[in-house]
Amino acid sequence: MSAARSPGRQGLLVARIPGVFALLAGCSGPQSMIDPAGPAAQAVAALWWWMAGFSAIVLALVCAIWLYAMRRAPRGRTPQQERRIASRWIIGGGIVLPMTSIIVLLAFGIPIGQRLLPGDTGPEPLRIEAIAHQWWWEIRYPGVEESFVNEFRLPVDRPVDVHASSRDVIHSFWIPSLGGKIDAIPGRIHVIRLEATKAGRLRGACAEFCGLEHARMTLDVHAMPTDEFDRWLGERQGTVRP
Amino acid sequence: MTTAHVESPDRASLEAVWANPRGWRWASSVNHSALGLRFMVTGLFFFLIAGVLAMLLRAQLARPEAEFMGPAAYNQAFTMHGTMMMFLFAVPMLEGLAVYLIPKMLGARDLAFPRLSAFGYWCYLFGGLIITASLLFDLAPDTGWFMYTPLSSDVYSPGVNADFWLLGITFAEIAAVAAGVELIVSILRMRAPGMSLDRMPLFGWYILVTALMIVIGFPPLILGSILLELERAAGMPFFDVARGGDPLLWQHLFWLFGHPEVYIIFLPAAGIVSTVLPVFARRPLVGYRWAVIAVVTTGFISFGLWVHHMFTVGIPHLALAFFSAASMLIAVPTGIQLFAWLATLWLGRPVPRLPMLWLFGFVVIFVAGGLTGVMLALVPFNWQVHDTHFVVAHMHYVLVGGMLFPLIAGLYYWMPHFSGRMPSDRLGRWGFWLTFIGFNGTFLIMHWTGLLGMPRRVHTYAAGMGWDLPNLLSSIFGFVMAAGIVVVLIDYLLHARRGERAPANPWRADTLEWAMPMPPPPFNFAVLPQVESRHPLWQGMPEASGDAGMADGQPTALARRLMHARHGRRETPGVDPVSGLAREIIMLPGSSWLPLLAALGLAGVCLGLLSKSWLVAVAALLASVGLLLRWSWENGLAMDTMEAASQAAGLPLHPRTFDGPGRWGMGFTLLADSALYLSLVFGWLYLWTAAPHWIGPEQPPLSLAALVAIGVLVAFSALQQGRIVSSLRRARDMPGDTSGDARALARQAGIVLLAGLLASGGLLAVLATAPLEPTRNAHDAVMFVMLVYLLSHMGLGCLLSILQVLRVRRRLVGRHAPYELAVLAPWWRFTAGAVWIGIAALVLAPMGFEGLR
Repeated sequence: MSAARSPGRQGLLVARIPGVFALLAGCSGPQSMIDPAGPAAQAVAALWWWMAGFSAIVLALVCAIWLYAMRRAPRGRTPQQERRIASRWIIGGGIVLPMTSIIVLLAFGIPIGQRLLPGDTGPEPLRIEAIAHQWWWEIRYPGVEESFVNEFRLPVDRPVDVHASSRDVIHSFWIPSLGGKIDAIPGRIHVIRLEATKAGRLRGACAEFCGLEHARMTLDVHAMPTDEFDRWLGERQGTVRP
Repeated sequence: MTTAHVESPDRASLEAVWANPRGWRWASSVNHSALGLRFMVTGLFFFLIAGVLAMLLRAQLARPEAEFMGPAAYNQAFTMHGTMMMFLFAVPMLEGLAVYLIPKMLGARDLAFPRLSAFGYWCYLFGGLIITASLLFDLAPDTGWFMYTPLSSDVYSPGVNADFWLLGITFAEIAAVAAGVELIVSILRMRAPGMSLDRMPLFGWYILVTALMIVIGFPPLILGSILLELERAAGMPFFDVARGGDPLLWQHLFWLFGHPEVYIIFLPAAGIVSTVLPVFARRPLVGYRWAVIAVVTTGFISFGLWVHHMFTVGIPHLALAFFSAASMLIAVPTGIQLFAWLATLWLGRPVPRLPMLWLFGFVVIFVAGGLTGVMLALVPFNWQVHDTHFVVAHMHYVLVGGMLFPLIAGLYYWMPHFSGRMPSDRLGRWGFWLTFIGFNGTFLIMHWTGLLGMPRRVHTYAAGMGWDLPNLLSSIFGFVMAAGIVVVLIDYLLHARRGERAPANPWRADTLEWAMPMPPPPFNFAVLPQVESRHPLWQGMPEASGDAGMADGQPTALARRLMHARHGRRETPGVDPVSGLAREIIMLPGSSWLPLLAALGLAGVCLGLLSKSWLVAVAALLASVGLLLRWSWENGLAMDTMEAASQAAGLPLHPRTFDGPGRWGMGFTLLADSALYLSLVFGWLYLWTAAPHWIGPEQPPLSLAALVAIGVLVAFSALQQGRIVSSLRRARDMPGDTSGDARALARQAGIVLLAGLLASGGLLAVLATAPLEPTRNAHDAVMFVMLVYLLSHMGLGCLLSILQVLRVRRRLVGRHAPYELAVLAPWWRFTAGAVWIGIAALVLAPMGFEGLR
């Protein structure tokens, strides 16, 4: 996976991130969430850079105040002045600053989260089942009898609903460059919507610790151009039963 | 009494009564200074082991596809690293510091229940050793420190590894809850006269809130551990989907504990900051009230956020948004404290001493951790970084920054107290910078590793993922940090042994612990202080002479009364919880072997369960119950000697009152018990409504009539016990009243017992005859556990009532000493309430539900 792509068509305003971050992300591997290959991961990566920048400023300010306060010469103040300064600091820094940050963050964050959910709008999503086992993934496609081991193919530019379930312990289905993760829990089926916007090889992993070989429970992800994927799926759907 | 004429303290008699036994009898001492230090040294021991495990983990992850450790060893190492750091280091270490400091800071001679502290310590030590021993046998828990089931179930973890965790941690948690109850009662009831709540040092507030959180927050995990162990050992399927259980119930119970746990660790450390920082800023903390409100708010909010550890388990998005917002709100009380600290520095005249350096490290690291915490609370971002190294980095920023750095600041600050010697800056600075640089080098980079997609808890990784360099750097800096910790340790030991002798109140602090000789005598204050302000040592009280009570050169009447111990009793004033006015004299028990023996008995239970030798376990359980009852019997015997001294300085001894520390201890123990029981009721309702394959029976298995009869009987016991207490109160107020006559009293207590026995017998019959198959489905299993819970409470109530009847007959309890009957009353009330809640949850609710359908 090479250089990060420019903000996509679904990119929010905040997604138009400076190129320097794209360079940073460019040195990452096939399982990176800051080298996004789909709108969900793209939105979250942009969110991350904004939050990181803001946090860095807050942290630097707090440290600067601390260091300056340690060094500067003390000055005389009346108790009234002291009280005024104190309540200004506590109310400004302790209440106003966090509350404003939280409101801004939620205002951006909740809509992004909403968009990552399976919704009713848009094109009909492709349904793919991901069944977790200790320590491998069984991937199933509609109308295809055979199942695939640790191999996950999806078409580009078409939403995919991954139906994650487990045959034994709790696992978690995760392709970082496409989007968030969803736990595969015995007795339940959870759905996560993913979409790839560029073709290529990606990598996924089990994110929830699932025992001895948890580290080896990875997933080869192949985002394919739509026609190529349709041909591949059609062949599988039309082939004889094993 | 001649004490009124004594004008100088009789230290010899105080020494004689309070001294800790020497030699091998040392193990029987119960003094809070000795136990606090013991807690801390033991915590340090487990910290070092857990730290070595961390170095092994970093060594394995330094290179891709490394073969330093296999997955089996790695999984044990990371599980034990987290488990030991959280349960055997962070919580006990801070509790140990509180046990050491609280009585001294608040102006008391000891904690409320010294033998309980000793018992708690031994439980912690034995529990910790049992868990740690599993490492030696290569049988250590290996399913992660939050033990998610079904991975930790008998099916997927058939070995004894998970049992070590469940039994050992539960054992050690008894210690934590015991210390929690003890700290709450001590803070509320055992302060220096005159120290009203709004004059209490902030550290007291922090520890009060922390201890309350422990008492409410640990029981859900204790319950979860019991249920999981029952599933593993007895096949009751609480978490097994196929039989009507649900693994998510474990996650709810675990994080119901686990999130408050973070604040349980952070708040005492923040208390250290709020204590140390003003001393070096040379002014009181800005915004005392703000800080108190912030601490209390933190305690409340922290119980409403556990779901943010479970954002990826398929919870509806609306609920996620709620928990997301609630999780971010915690930034407000934390921000208030942060800016109160900054404003204090700003308005003060800060002096840069070694503890301040560590506080600077704390601010940098903790604020960074808090900021990533707010990020993690945002659902879409959480979905990405959850269970990656980003979270590992965040959590270490919060816990190391929020706990270890303030702790080291505090340990340096109180070094003169522990050792009588001063730290110096030279080696100490090296230790700080190595630790600080090592820490940030390890974990700042680890955020990046997580963003590059590396999941946590992987024993190795493939090359070419972009993870090689960050991991290598993290490992190298990890060893730098370890070197820093070693330097700190060496520096600390050197100075504690060879440092300059500490002068009186070396840091010019404001709190009472500096108004005593260093190291302190076991009774802390020969002359007990009378507190007039929030900063007693900044407002004219003499320092370090041990005579803090002589505010105007004259000890108060109460202080004079307590200046000697020629009667052979350990005594300290009891105060009104809010106003801080003295209202009784609390007698404290002395050294005893019973706590150690009882804890050994419980260790026997633990080992018996581990080795599946049920007979050993049952025998050990009976032995420890016997020892505990013996202990409760002996506790009151000192009253024989108090006949001559019923009044002292106008104050009664606490057994003559209705409201001594034991009553408060019972109250807060029952608070913990309610948290456990309500978690069980929550489990019942949760499984009923959310388990994917919940199986309800065709016919209700329990007879409503029988249960109601039992409920009426227990309610009668509770009412009768209450009537006894109020009649004794009347007798106290009206000397002519004879209702407190011993024989009549024994009869009345006998009626309580009789009703309790009938109810217990009835419940036993219900349990024996109900068509319950607790191994077949979760419905029956929960029902069974709830009935056993109720039965055990009734049974214990009966045992205690038997003891009371005997004690009334022996005249150890009665009109002259009504206290124990008043202590028992809440137990019966609680049991009655629990039975009725049980009836509502187990019988009425399902009936109503059926009716609705």
